[in-house]
Amino acid sequence: MRHSLAIVGLGMMMAALQMPLTAQADPVDDALVIDDLEMVTRTKAPEGHPFDEVRSGWLYREAETRELEADSFQNPGMLYVEQGADIWNRIEGPEGKSCASCHNDAAVTMKGVGANYPKWDADAKRPINVELQIDKCRVENMGLEAYKFDHAEQKALTTYIKNQALGEPVKLDLSQGELQSWWDRGKELYYTRTGQLNFACASCHEANSGQYIRADHLSQGQANGFPTYRLKQADMVSLHNRFRGCIRDTRAEFPKAFSDELMALEVYVTWRGTGLSVETPSVRQ
Amino acid sequence: MIKVTRFLCAAFVMHAGAAFADDTAPDKVMYEDFSVQASLTGKAGDPVEGAKVFKDRGLGNCLACHQNADMSGDLFHGTVGPAVDGVADRWEPAQLRAIVSDAKQVFGEETVMPGFYSLKVGKDVAKDKAGKTILSAQQVEDVVAYLATLKE
Repeated sequence: MRHSLAIVGLGMMMAALQMPLTAQADPVDDALVIDDLEMVTRTKAPEGHPFDEVRSGWLYREAETRELEADSFQNPGMLYVEQGADIWNRIEGPEGKSCASCHNDAAVTMKGVGANYPKWDADAKRPINVELQIDKCRVENMGLEAYKFDHAEQKALTTYIKNQALGEPVKLDLSQGELQSWWDRGKELYYTRTGQLNFACASCHEANSGQYIRADHLSQGQANGFPTYRLKQADMVSLHNRFRGCIRDTRAEFPKAFSDELMALEVYVTWRGTGLSVETPSVRQ
Repeated sequence: MIKVTRFLCAAFVMHAGAAFADDTAPDKVMYEDFSVQASLTGKAGDPVEGAKVFKDRGLGNCLACHQNADMSGDLFHGTVGPAVDGVADRWEPAQLRAIVSDAKQVFGEETVMPGFYSLKVGKDVAKDKAGKTILSAQQVEDVVAYLATLKE
């Protein structure tokens, strides 16, 4: 008894000594249940991953933010899901088609989609994400133009489609086409330092994940909740918007949305979240 | 009158953190034994200004990563780097000057701490930042003077 107390005492002393150096708030140990469906927010990392455990960014947010995501009636992102449903069913363009004309009930046909993108696009010979797949349908099947990047409808429809995969574990098939070489390129970019501040993605989201930069609790920078409702912007934020924002914050020029660089990064960053549930629309600060 | 105007102009330029001819250029800073002995400006640092630079999000923004008990009135101290409490007990001013100017010269390439007076930076630097250091030489001296006051 005395022995164990001494150990506890020593532990506390060591904790106190370490406090100024590592006042690190661990991610919470809490379960995320959305509409009675439990999300995987922690899981064993795939082989070759720098972490032992991959964790959802949800675990790093404040209690109020976590609650907003857990309650579909409160989650502001659900308004975009509703808008997306309207767009899905709306006939548009010279072909007189809607998304539903070909894909019917999204709850059935889109169920796994959000968990398995980016995929290999054999026509374009590059990876394709949900936004680009929507554009491909619009151009090839509906006689419409591609959306401008971050068009409100692009964000709403992407959010709606990814939401159909809510709870599904992220899993990419890197054996498709040349997807593996894009993963390699994405990995290289993840560790490349940019800008006057000289930070790579890994500087914050790997080397210092769990630490605070000012009020921001650094997560692992996972993609499984995108598009995400960001309280700071009071709007849905797409993955490529966030990529660009992060790179801009290193005081660097940033690549175009859906450029080769950012598509490679999307492949790699999505893979880093393998096994986490799709949480779209997640809520972040 | 002309003299007064000149003085005001100089004061304004200094405030904007522009480089002076007398400043040691970033690529001429001499790092020896993890130290930079010579002042970058030949002018003493001002600890009061240094505290402002330490805190200011557009300047040093040091508080973003380092806890500082001396600024306990400010919210949200970061934890990426070590706390700076008592930093003057652990490092000489010449070492602090080296760390603030280019931490990679002291801690190695892997450190995430930016070089505040270095042009060895990352790829694709933003056009408006190209060829510029994060802080001016005098701002580095001011921060060093401020850090030198943090004793326990």
